[in-house]
Amino acid sequence: MARSNKPVVWGLFALGGTVAAFVLPVLVLITLLTGLGHAPAALSYETLHAFAAGWLGKLILFGVIAPSLWHTAHRLRTVLYSLGLRADKAVALVGYGLASIGTFLTLQYLLGI
Amino acid sequence: MSGKSYVKPFVREVSKTTWYLARGRDRLHMAHEASCVFVGLYALLLLWGLRALAAGPEAYQAFLAALGSPLSLGFHWVALAVTLFHTVSWFQVTPKAMPIQIGEAFVPGPVIVVGHYTVWVALSLFILFIGGVFHG
Repeated sequence: MARSNKPVVWGLFALGGTVAAFVLPVLVLITLLTGLGHAPAALSYETLHAFAAGWLGKLILFGVIAPSLWHTAHRLRTVLYSLGLRADKAVALVGYGLASIGTFLTLQYLLGI
Repeated sequence: MSGKSYVKPFVREVSKTTWYLARGRDRLHMAHEASCVFVGLYALLLLWGLRALAAGPEAYQAFLAALGSPLSLGFHWVALAVTLFHTVSWFQVTPKAMPIQIGEAFVPGPVIVVGHYTVWVALSLFILFIGGVFHG
């Protein structure tokens, strides 16, 4: 049987889609309120820094950001194909490459807190 | 086959770039697929905020201030609508994409969908609560 990275990528896509469905609307609402001048207490530097300093906080932040990036990379690939762009290998390389960089940066910033 | 065929083959003309515009369900499908752009952009915004948080209090304050810019507010209103649309359409296909089987029987689709909505609402309220949104 030919080896394929498809199940791995699809798994990350599905995980990201599920995480995004459950938490992104409420997170967007929170940063929107912040932008409108009603920043909730949890977004103060001290509170959020303390949250990100703990392992549970790191796990949660990583679990929201990285899968969302992979979800986007995989779905953009299928969208661009549907829109008539047939350079699938190049699209996959760029998309998954950017998602990898984003995943690495998320880890780097989290470990720096 | 020998000889020349004089029957003109029927080739249906389908545009590679605009095929989905013809049918409502294809348009809805493409709209759902396109919602990933805002999922990705918002993940990048969170990544940007995380970088600011790691860089120190000044950088983080600058990030919070930037959230109030007209560009950010415009993006947030659209992102709120698009992420809600993503949630609804994602939950709609979940019973088909990930069916749950108990013994011989499959859990009915509507039960899975309602279960997802219940967890989603509870989790959102919980995040708002621990985030301190209800404390003013």
